[in-house]
Amino acid sequence: MSNPSAATDSQTVQIEDYKFGFHYPDSSVFKTRKGLDADVVRAISKHKDEPEWMRDFRLRSLEMFQKKPMPNWGGDLSDINFDEIFYYAKPSEKKWKSWEEVPEDIKETFDRIGIPEAERKFLAGVGAQYDSEMVYHNLRENLSEQGVVFSDPETGLRDHPELFKKYFGTVIPYTDNKFAALNSSVWSGGSFVYIPPGVKVDIPLQAYFRINSENFGQFERTLIIADKDSFVHYVEGCTAPIYTTDSLHSAVVEIIALPGSRVRYTTIQNWSSDVYNLVTKRAVAYENATVEWVDGNIGSKRTMKYPSIWLMGEGAHGEVLSIAFAGKGQEQDTGGKAVHAADNTSSVITSKSISKDGGIATYRGHIKVEEGVRNARSHFVCDALILDPESGTNTYPYMDILADDVTIEHEAKVSRISEDQLFYLMSRGMDEAEAAMMIVNGFLEPLVKQLPMEYAVELNRLIELEMEGSVG
Amino acid sequence: MKIIIKDLRASINGQAILKGVDLELDSGHVHALMGPNGSGKSTLSNVIFGHPAFEVTGGEVLVDGDNILEMEPNERALLGLFLAFQYPVEVPGVTVGRFLKRAVDIRAGESKTKGFVKELREMMDYLEIDQQFINRYLNEGFSGGEKKRMEILQMLMLKPTFAILDETDSGLDIDALRIVSKGVNKLREGNFGALIITHYQRILNHIRPDYVHIMYQGRVVTSGGGDLVDALEAHGYDWIREQYGIEEENDVQSVSSD
Ligand SMILES: Nc1ncnc2c1ncn2[C@@H]1O[C@H](COP(=O)(O)OP(=O)(O)OP(=O)(O)O)[C@@H](O)[C@H]1O
Ligand SMILES: [Mg+2]
Repeated sequence: MSNPSAATDSQTVQIEDYKFGFHYPDSSVFKTRKGLDADVVRAISKHKDEPEWMRDFRLRSLEMFQKKPMPNWGGDLSDINFDEIFYYAKPSEKKWKSWEEVPEDIKETFDRIGIPEAERKFLAGVGAQYDSEMVYHNLRENLSEQGVVFSDPETGLRDHPELFKKYFGTVIPYTDNKFAALNSSVWSGGSFVYIPPGVKVDIPLQAYFRINSENFGQFERTLIIADKDSFVHYVEGCTAPIYTTDSLHSAVVEIIALPGSRVRYTTIQNWSSDVYNLVTKRAVAYENATVEWVDGNIGSKRTMKYPSIWLMGEGAHGEVLSIAFAGKGQEQDTGGKAVHAADNTSSVITSKSISKDGGIATYRGHIKVEEGVRNARSHFVCDALILDPESGTNTYPYMDILADDVTIEHEAKVSRISEDQLFYLMSRGMDEAEAAMMIVNGFLEPLVKQLPMEYAVELNRLIELEMEGSVG
Repeated sequence: MKIIIKDLRASINGQAILKGVDLELDSGHVHALMGPNGSGKSTLSNVIFGHPAFEVTGGEVLVDGDNILEMEPNERALLGLFLAFQYPVEVPGVTVGRFLKRAVDIRAGESKTKGFVKELREMMDYLEIDQQFINRYLNEGFSGGEKKRMEILQMLMLKPTFAILDETDSGLDIDALRIVSKGVNKLREGNFGALIITHYQRILNHIRPDYVHIMYQGRVVTSGGGDLVDALEAHGYDWIREQYGIEEENDVQSVSSD
């Protein structure tokens, strides 16, 4: 069980339509038993050798998790059996700074996903998580010299205890919702990012999350602190093998954008079709800070995720770009939220969804303007494209406006791919699948063109894979 | 290329629109198709191209001897057929440049499209289309005339052997009409034929047709040379109605009784 380098057996590699559906044998070096109780939480905490306050925080969170009811809205979660899940699996004894040292099967996994190559080509730093722990972490030297911190949160807690404790759990308290409570009790891995004042990290940092084990729950935790006038673009990607049983991914991401800073957080979520993806993401933006969430949800069985931004300081600006693809058996329940708590704040929420083969894409947008706030501006647009009669879409815009000096624009549109559009493109020589793809790409184009080129290409490729085999 | 349409019948939602069209077309000649509103001209174009909304209930469309009615629209296009739509659809988010590049690649094979951008720019100049249109989304927000010009640009880039122009002249100002005609005449220099569907003589003054066909209530009722246009201009469709209208009603009865 603890000999990871010998575990590479090509016989066990499964590749299906979903390109990342393969898995390697479970070679965890430590794993908690199935199910969740205080003992499991203590075991995780002990294994991480963390301070008492964190252990107590975990135990408090566990109680909250047990107390809170399941959400009675959003996707159908009734199939999740919390007793059948493994909450912690440690893939290796340590983490590495060079891919050569990473155990063979883990390295191969990330090679197949293309992470080392991407790192060489266009990333400032990479973290790679396999089940519960980050196995690889590296940051370009010039950035660490400038004081940039990019590590897993365990290391962050150990090396920067004050900074960590000052912000951890402040944006998303463990009481926030059932899944935030769950994450708070069993969190493991994720990222801890600190950008010092004035430092602009001009190429992205990327973390990649991979589930390998079966019946597994991944609960990473990310805390990003952008100090005054700094800039960072953080990217996360995720995939998992295809098993016959469901897995759970429940992350918490907290962003603190201090005055004048700008944080862009891009997610390309491509979980396999048996993963419940229930994530809480929230940012606070202080004076003149900007936070942008770019949230692409392509995979998973059910996703419930609404990145939000609390505009706490004057002049703060927030944007959410949400792209969802709901295919066969999928429910993508996504959207965004902006809370205007200061004067002269602005927000833009743009959502585009595609549903196909019976998939359901639901958009939930929430705009809140607090009492007495002056000159708040918000614009939200929601476009849904439905590819066939079996598929569906829902739109739930909520508005909570407690001030007068507010400008809100809202547009929502549902369209179906039209026979005439397909016919037009086909009359120019494209086959039906390509014509449909071109229409879908065109639908997404205004959003995709805002992504850095590499991610735009990746997103288009994933959607192309989803579209394949369904039309024509 | 020889296109022979034999007793073509098609309906939509169970309602017969084409009621036995017989028509012979070929490259090397320009044919005009005229006929009152609703007589089935656009339906004929759509059925020749395989629009899925129409059900073919009888007859054949032979292209160089092969029946094309079972082919997908894209396969028909690749035979060298082109349709300039009466109402081109908008395709949001897809730029003219990207769309045309792909269409030309499919038609000519990717290896042969090296000079694509250069050729596109030349053709746009030729049709007096602003180069900005390369980056605009296909037909989105185009004026009526701009859409029509875009159809002709596509035709020039795709170089079909036979093109159907469905009322490309409608809604064009005098200059645009001249430009569009220039585009068609350019292709006429090679092995090219066209079916020009129109209500007006003016386009036919620019593009002299070799043959004129008249469609009425779902059939081509008469064909002739260019002088048929003059007869139409002089008398309207009344004489067609007088001559073929009665027969039509008999036909309706015979259709509904079988
Ligand atoms: N999608 C459709 N649904 C129902 N009826 C249709 C449809 N398309 C065409 N028709 C009917 O078929 C008949 C022929 O229409 P078509 O568009 O072919 O005429 P046309 O000769 O091109 O007329 P125009 O000169 O006005 O363009 C009309 O009565 C029209 O209403
Ligand atoms: Mg017509």
